[in-house]
Amino acid sequence: MKKRLFALLMTGTLIAGSLCGCENKNDVPTITVFNYGMYIDPDILDQFTEETGIRVLYEEAQTPEELYAKYSSGAIRYDAVCSSEYIIMKLMEEGSLQPIDYSKFEHIDNISDEVWSFCATFDEDNQYALPYFWGTVGIVYNKDMVLEPPVSWDVLFNGEYAGNFIMQNSMRDAFMIACKYLGYSCNTTDPDELAAARDLLIAQKPDVMSYLVDEVRDEMIAESAALGVIYSGDGSLAKESNDSLEYIVPSDGSNLWVDCWGITSECINTDAVCQFLDYVVCREDIAMQNFEYVYYPSSNQAVIDALPDEIKNDPTFMPDIDSLDNCEVYQLLDEDTMALMDEMWKQIKAN
Amino acid sequence: MTKRKYVSLPYLIWMIAFIVLPLVFVGYYAFTAKDGAFTLTNIFAILDPLHRKAMILSILLALICTVVCFLVAYPLALVLRYINFTNKGLVIVILILPMWMNSILRILALQMILNKNGILNMILSRFSIGPFEMLNTRGAIIFGMVYDFLPYMILPIYNAVMDIDADLLDAASDLGASKPTRLFKIILPLSKPGIISGITMVFIPALTSFVIPDVLGGGKIQLIGNVIEQEFVTSMNWHLGAGLSFALLIFVIIGLLFTQRQETKEKESNVW
Repeated sequence: MKKRLFALLMTGTLIAGSLCGCENKNDVPTITVFNYGMYIDPDILDQFTEETGIRVLYEEAQTPEELYAKYSSGAIRYDAVCSSEYIIMKLMEEGSLQPIDYSKFEHIDNISDEVWSFCATFDEDNQYALPYFWGTVGIVYNKDMVLEPPVSWDVLFNGEYAGNFIMQNSMRDAFMIACKYLGYSCNTTDPDELAAARDLLIAQKPDVMSYLVDEVRDEMIAESAALGVIYSGDGSLAKESNDSLEYIVPSDGSNLWVDCWGITSECINTDAVCQFLDYVVCREDIAMQNFEYVYYPSSNQAVIDALPDEIKNDPTFMPDIDSLDNCEVYQLLDEDTMALMDEMWKQIKAN
Repeated sequence: MTKRKYVSLPYLIWMIAFIVLPLVFVGYYAFTAKDGAFTLTNIFAILDPLHRKAMILSILLALICTVVCFLVAYPLALVLRYINFTNKGLVIVILILPMWMNSILRILALQMILNKNGILNMILSRFSIGPFEMLNTRGAIIFGMVYDFLPYMILPIYNAVMDIDADLLDAASDLGASKPTRLFKIILPLSKPGIISGITMVFIPALTSFVIPDVLGGGKIQLIGNVIEQEFVTSMNWHLGAGLSFALLIFVIIGLLFTQRQETKEKESNVW
């Protein structure tokens, strides 16, 4: 008897489920957006649907590479994609993005001019990429474990902290550090400069405690190392968990990253997508709510202006724009340079 | 097809979908260049000094791991056979208990234990020893591999040793064979199939592992599995990644053929 009841219930739910599915598909305009996990306040999606009646299907990826691989597999048709600037550049180059019609945006003026100018380094007329959050790569250090606060990448190369610092286990970031320390651009395509960076990284390797990515934050909070290379957002989070930690952007320069939204060329309902981006990124109250969830420097100037001074002036959270003079946004490197860098990264790791 | 053969249909479908087809894809990528033209360079890339170095290190670590596993597992199997203990099943359950937990979790736990501020160093510091740099070394990787793969060595050897007929051993001692003679002339040869199964089941995963060296080696030690992972994930060079996988597969097949030959020679039923 129980079994039969269960079967009946299951059939009921299945039918109900499929009916609901049909209803939604036919009547409600739907957009599919693609973003990193934990990179938007999920409540905002519901609020948006409530206000506009547009349903949002939210797809997630963990890393830029995974996002790109999922996107290019073509299994799902995405309307809007949010990713790191170099993935956005790749999509632009492939012709996968369409120009954004900002006349459809009501609150576009809220976006900071400075952040627009970061984007202009790869998207000349600011046509394709709508900036979302931005930040830097820097050093998080433990005040009790260092002799004096680091100011330059030098501390990672002079042997002073041998066996006591963590490098980023990401090719582009590792080369960026070496290039900046040597005074080159992190977008260099000169094989000699890259070779010099490689030799420096090989010489550094015996001193490196470990190469990590997301675990840098945990290891620094656990005080396993004195210094670690980290993204600014993770840097502020680490500081919150352990008062001894401090974050700096080295004076010799670093990488400035901007995560951007783009509208795919496959997107049909561009009005709905523009409405969505205007709502999430540009509208002040929603951008503020989203900022409080994500907690990275927002591209929305109105949000930044409304922040209390101690956050606004905390260089960890909100780097002084002038201090970013030496910082560069990653450019999309040509295939030969990427192949060379891959090869050199393997040489470093094999040593 | 007879009726009985239809029974194998589910596995047949499984095999085609998840073993044969993926292998065809790997093969396709391995033997083509980016423009789709046939090439052997991806396969022979294993001879490139960088890849060769990673390959040799992988073989070395996998060999050490296999030997250590054997040295732990075999005496244990002997003890279990001769010990006067009714609940031998319980011992085996305890031994395979760690396998009930996800392997990555176990490795992450090991990382915590071996860490500079980890539990082990904390205990040692109570006795004013250390701290030692245990994590991010080859030793840590071997330790992790042994920890992870030991049950695969114990189970087949235990089964083989337990299956040996006690009458054979009694007969041998009646005829004057000493304990060492019985061990080397009877027990060891008769448990050979189990040993070979154990070696295969430890050596191959140890050879191809990439999570253990990544987590316990701190990204500083590069095995062939890490190289292949990098080609697929960061470099997006699926052709080279597939080529190296294919070359690795050849090594594995050579190993398997060797053990197969041993087994047919022995004409013994096998554990797996």
